[in-house]
Order: sequence, then structure tokens, then C-alpha cells
Amino acid sequence: MSPVTDPREAPLPARKPSGFSNLVLHLHPKLVPAAALPLSRTFGLGGGAAVLFLILAVTGSLLLVVYEPSPERAHGTVTRLVDEVPFGALVRNVHHWAANGMVLVTLLHLLRVFYRGGHLPPRRGNWFAGVALLLLVVACAFTGYLLPWDQLAFWAVTIATGMLEYAPMVGGLLLRAARGGADVGPATLARFFVLHVAILPIAMLLLLAFHFWLVRKVGGVILPEGSGDRASPRGALVPTSPNLTQREGAMALGVLAAVMVAAALWDAPLLAQANPGMSPNPAKAPWYFMGVQELLVHLHPALGAVGVPLLGVVLLLALPALGGRQPPTGRWFGSARGARHALVAAAVGAVGTAALVVANEPLRRAPPWLPGIPPAVRSGALPLAAMAMLLLGAAWLSRRRGATRIESVQSAVSFALASFGVLTLVGVFLRGQGMALVLP
Amino acid sequence: MTAPSIEPAAPDRRDFLGKVGKGLGILAGVELLAVVVAYLAPGKGGAGRGAALVVAGPVGEFTPSSVRAFPGGKFYLARLADGGFLALSSRCTHLGCMVPWDAKQRVFPCPCHASRFDERGDVLAPPATRPLDLFPVVIEGGIVKVDTSRRIGRARFEPGQVTYL
Repeated sequence: MSPVTDPREAPLPARKPSGFSNLVLHLHPKLVPAAALPLSRTFGLGGGAAVLFLILAVTGSLLLVVYEPSPERAHGTVTRLVDEVPFGALVRNVHHWAANGMVLVTLLHLLRVFYRGGHLPPRRGNWFAGVALLLLVVACAFTGYLLPWDQLAFWAVTIATGMLEYAPMVGGLLLRAARGGADVGPATLARFFVLHVAILPIAMLLLLAFHFWLVRKVGGVILPEGSGDRASPRGALVPTSPNLTQREGAMALGVLAAVMVAAALWDAPLLAQANPGMSPNPAKAPWYFMGVQELLVHLHPALGAVGVPLLGVVLLLALPALGGRQPPTGRWFGSARGARHALVAAAVGAVGTAALVVANEPLRRAPPWLPGIPPAVRSGALPLAAMAMLLLGAAWLSRRRGATRIESVQSAVSFALASFGVLTLVGVFLRGQGMALVLP
Repeated sequence: MTAPSIEPAAPDRRDFLGKVGKGLGILAGVELLAVVVAYLAPGKGGAGRGAALVVAGPVGEFTPSSVRAFPGGKFYLARLADGGFLALSSRCTHLGCMVPWDAKQRVFPCPCHASRFDERGDVLAPPATRPLDLFPVVIEGGIVKVDTSRRIGRARFEPGQVTYL
């Protein structure tokens, strides 16, 4: 039997591999399941992130030729790059948009894998590698954020490294290790530069190779149940070249085109040179940290800056263990019921979070409620307990309404993701001067 | 004399040595991490860094209930209604942004996360959990001086923190 019914989707015959496809075939097996080919299987997100990595490596090398990492010269070299170097602004814009695109695409890739059950055995090991890669992507983007040494960079990094101080016991040590002193200064720039151009990209490259190898070792991407029959559970196989390689080539060109268009339309921001004596109003973190910055407005810093991000990573790493023994179905959201539950949980999380943000707006300016209770309890321990109750409640309700164990975990995660998504949107679009709520 | 029979090491000994090896490996890893962190984190007393005595001016220049900014030293000199002086660090204790002085509302509103402090540095609105840090104030011969090399953290405002003539 053939899973392909549309004649346009009929597999192409194998091609005699050229030198190039020989290289590509080192990443892929000679034959791949026809069921793995349609775009909706993965949306090409993992491959898209890899293409962005290559774009960033090339443009980053070009930027390195002009850029000088010292507080006195950094901003000047970036201004010269934009104003005088031929195509300097284009190279900088491509690097900027590819970096932001890589954070976004990596997040979407994580969601795709999670909502198809690709984090569960036998792919559990690769999930851990993927979470580590996500952290590296964010770290790379954030260390790059400081390098222009403008007001945006300086204060975003002051705030983000300031969060380290609230880590219990070792906070002060971590803060000084990250900044190389009490304040953001030349030592901070040196640290972030080395991380950004050497340590993090090399770590990412090594882990990326491991990530690819594990995909191949497990037999490719996760496929829905019933892709094949008893004799060949993964369905009909087709030659990788050209069936998969052409699709990947098209994806790569599409990503490159999207980045080029963004770079042509929108310039990467560059504010005035950093002024350590004056914070801009409002001072905003990069968009992928705005959810945390929004939490910081509402919660005790130990919870908002350290507790929630740390618990988020722990939750991601714990997801494979929470899945139970049932094998994943490989379908989106596990089943139609799983999709329904996830959607309801996400809607409740989004609306509830938005309501809380609005309700807290007058309250957070008023004298604190429950004045006798220390802030660490009032805006730390109590909200933490509430969050845990809500997550467990979402999973419990979902389970009671007939969801499998995987699906109930998925409902709780959807609730959390939607809440965090709303916080991010509020932070990016609805916070104005003095962090007051404003219309965009 | 018969040749001693060669017996494989007892499993519990092998286990033990394996565990010792693992333990030493972990210890070495922790040591390495400590070395890297210590290398990267300089000590608190950055040799004479910012060891600056800022001369703010004669006492008479500061009217009671006034706040004046010293951007170079990153502090505000507040003269309270009773004539006492406080040198408040302009660094927000929440996450390190510089707080401006709003003379009309008589507050320090932080632009980053909306904490608010009064003219004594006390927290009026969260998320900050501690009042603004202090620098020691010295009055010598009618001249107010502020030692910006010594930052003093505090849990709340107390009258003992104010310097009088």
C-alpha cells in the first residue's frame, strides 16, 4: 500500500547522489518514510533553526571584522558599520532578524515536538538535548544583545543580570561572576563577547550534531499511528534524495528569503551610547524575556526572577517522566479530545492571566494588602502555591474528563504556556512609561 | 609451593573502587567549577574602585525638605524636614535601574518595574523589597561630603541613619 494518494505527492525516483547529496546523506538515511515528508509533519522547524544558525555564523563572522568589544569603542564601531561600511547595515539587520527568528523558531520547534509526543521515549534523550539547545539559543541571543553598548543593551543587561542576585545563597557571587564587578562595565562586555562569539556557538554546534545524530538513530521524526502496517510499521519508504533533500532545500531558501525581507524592511534598533547614569523609561528587556519582566512587576523578585524561570526549565526536563507508560500516538495533541482539553486549558490560562494583570494594576500602586505579612510570603510563597494548585488542578480536571495521562499533563502545560504567552504580549505591547498599562 | 590462583576482584571491592572513582570525579568537577567562578567573580573590595569623597557643598545650600541629584556620584543628597542629611544611592534595590526624583509627587519612581521610594529611601510600592542604599555623609566645617566608596544596605529607614550638623 502507499500512504500517498495525491499524484502530485508521488515519490520521485532515486537520483545518483552527487558530492553534495552525499554530504546531506550523512545526516539522513538513504530511504525515508513517505509519511515523514508532508510539511505539516514538522513544519521544517528544526531544519529552519539549523539554517538560521548557519546564517548567523556567516553574518556574525562579517560583523566581527568591524566590531571592537570595549565600552569606549563598541558603540562607535556599530555606528560606523551602519553608516559607512558598504552593506554594513544589511549584514547587521540580517544577523538581528536571524537571531530573533532563531529564538522564535526554536520555541515553535519545541512546541511541535511536545504536542506530537516527540519528547516521550524513545525520543526522551533528544528532548533533553533540545531543551539544552533552547537555553543555548536564548543565551546566545541575550549575550549578543549587550554588544552594541547602547542604552537598550546596557539597561536590559543590568536588569537581567540583576536577577541573579535573588538566587538563594550564591546570588551575590553569581552576580559578580556575570558582571565581573558590582556594575555592568568593561568586564561584563568582555565576558559577554567571549560567550557570544566563542563558547556558546561552539557548544551549540557540538550539541546540534548530537541532536541530529539522535534523530537519525531513533529512525527519524515521530509519525502518527497507522502510518504503515504490521510488515512495515513506518509505511512505504522513498529515496531521500531528491524527495526529502528538495523539500529541505526549499525550506532553507524560504528561511533565507524571509530573513532578507525582514532585514530590508526593518532596521535593527540602535539607541544612543550607554549612559550608566540614566535608565530609559520604560526600560524593556528583549521580547523573549518580557514574560519574566512582566512577572517581576507583580511578584517578589526571588519568585519572578529566579523561581519561575528555574521551575519552568525543571518542568520542561520533567515532561518525559510525567508522560506515563503509554506510547505517544504521534498525532497532534494525542487525540481530538487532547486537542480540545489543551485548547480549553490555554483559553482559561490566557483569559485568567489577562484578568489578573488588569486587576493588579491599581492594587500594586496602593499600600500593600495584608501589611503584617512579609513580602516574601505575600508576593512570593502565596502566588507560588497558587500557581502550583492551578497547574495540578488543570491536569486533574483534564484527567477526570477522560484524558489520558499524557493529555492531562499536556493540558496543564498548555495552561502555563498560554499564561506566559499573555504575560509576554502584555509586556511587549501594553507597558508604557513607568510600566503603566497603555494601549499599543 | 603452588601458584596462587588468580581470582577476580570481589564485586563489592570493584563496586567500592568504582564509587570512589565517581566521587573523586564529581569532586574534581566541583573544584573546577569553583575555580572558574572565583576567576570570574572579583572580590567585593575592588581595590580603591570609586574611592571618591564627593564634596556636595556648604550646608546652607541645601534647604530642608529638598532633594538634589549628584549624577556623577550616582546618589541623591536629601535634606529632610528636620534638617538632617541622607545620601541615597540612585540605584534601585530591585534590579539596578537608576531612579529619577519626581519633585512634584516627592517620590523616586523606578522606570523599570515601577517600584516607588520616598525621600528617606523607604519603599512606597513594590516590587522592591529594600529601601534605597545609603552612602555615609560627613559634615566638616559646614561642608557636606559623601563617601561613595562605601555602600550601606538596610532593611528599613531608621532615625540613626540621618546625619545632623
